[in-house]
Amino acid sequence: MKTLIFAKRCAKEILRDPINLGFGLGFPLVLLVLLSVIQKNIPVNLFEINNLAPGITVFGLSFITLFSATLIAKDRESAFLQRLYTTPLSGFDFIIGYMLPLLPIAVAQTIICYLFSILLGLNISINIVFAVIGIIPMAIFNISLGLFFGSFLGVKQVGGICGALLTNLSAWLSGVWFDLNLVGGSFKKIACLLPFVHAAEAEKALFNGNFGTFAEHIFPILIYCIFATAIAVFCFLNQMKKQ
Amino acid sequence: MKAIITTGLYKKYKNIVAVDNLNLEINSGELFSLLGVNGAGKTTTIKMLTCLTKPTFGEASVGGFNIYNETKQIKQIIGVSPQETAVAPNLTVYENLELICKINGFSDDKTINKIREFTEKFGFESVIKRKAEKISGGFQRRLSIAMALISEPDILFLDEPTLGLDVIARHELWDLIRSLKGKITVILTTHYMEEAESLSDRIGIMKNGKLLKVGTVEELKKHADTDDFESAFVSIIKEA
Repeated sequence: MKTLIFAKRCAKEILRDPINLGFGLGFPLVLLVLLSVIQKNIPVNLFEINNLAPGITVFGLSFITLFSATLIAKDRESAFLQRLYTTPLSGFDFIIGYMLPLLPIAVAQTIICYLFSILLGLNISINIVFAVIGIIPMAIFNISLGLFFGSFLGVKQVGGICGALLTNLSAWLSGVWFDLNLVGGSFKKIACLLPFVHAAEAEKALFNGNFGTFAEHIFPILIYCIFATAIAVFCFLNQMKKQ
Repeated sequence: MKAIITTGLYKKYKNIVAVDNLNLEINSGELFSLLGVNGAGKTTTIKMLTCLTKPTFGEASVGGFNIYNETKQIKQIIGVSPQETAVAPNLTVYENLELICKINGFSDDKTINKIREFTEKFGFESVIKRKAEKISGGFQRRLSIAMALISEPDILFLDEPTLGLDVIARHELWDLIRSLKGKITVILTTHYMEEAESLSDRIGIMKNGKLLKVGTVEELKKHADTDDFESAFVSIIKEA
């Protein structure tokens, strides 16, 4: 019960921040429009909406990391967390309370991206539902990253690391903007070692009904998800002790 | 009955001794001030007593509970207003108060009644529906203290409650703090002489982590052989 009370508070803090909403929902949609316009003016199928939309949903999750990390960093810096540490809330309440509200926000963001993409010509199919469900492990990974960074970075640092670095990493290394085979070499190897390209490919596979391909890509995502969550929980509890 | 007892409490951060052999007894219902310049160890003392940080060694009990292994019980009986204005910025004043009530397990009815009572007591009528980030610094401080008090604590910790406030807001907060005297135990840290002198039943003067002297305002002035409390403070600090 206390967990849900705290989770509700976190949801309100995030959803009442217009910058959060502007970036988290607005930016992926703007990208969908811009890249679709570019697609109409180039001879190759680089940003074809059926490939672009699943990739953009994965890219949009990097903003969830930013929301999560910013909220925790703000709570730490303002001593609001310190106040709550002196109340009957437990470490479990804090961790779940921070993570829980971000999951429906991530899912809602994905649904909005797909719905908007339909307006841009995306094929309507039941696979969109599978794609929305299939994004959950990657969403948990991104939320955990936020918990991890928010546990030790300040608000300004979070802006730099999660707002600039992570969104770029997620964009460049996911294969959304360009085919990784065109670059190849070490760049592709590094990209394949990270979860972003697997998440984008898993989404595309689900959207296209290729469940075998999805199974190949979901495994590394799950590994990253479990690993990131464990590290994030450890770091959060550690900073609690270090007050 | 003693609300707080510390015995040889000691806290060291890397090479810095923040609190050094603190021996202190605070009575129930007393308003006790820890007075000292920046870096005296006041906030670290509060952090140890509120279970935010563990002492390097030494013993302490809060409300009869041990700070090492009875932290859950201690958290049920304390209220803390940190040095910073620790409120949820995007929640309204009402929602901030509601959050603390709910976290402390209050029923819906009790929560509504408590918020009504505190709205009147703290003069929140004009700001109750406004986001905490949109209200003045004085109201934010009031809210911070209200959030510490609304859980009905036996022991209230106020860390520099009037820091950065203008003179009017400060005096208004002093009136509020005075109204608590005798009802609950209040431990207040400050570096304002006037604040400590005006509010406290007893004052503990700290410097470099050490508790130099404890007594009423009159006792401290008598010890320093002066009629002025500020001179007494300076004299005790320089003596050390």
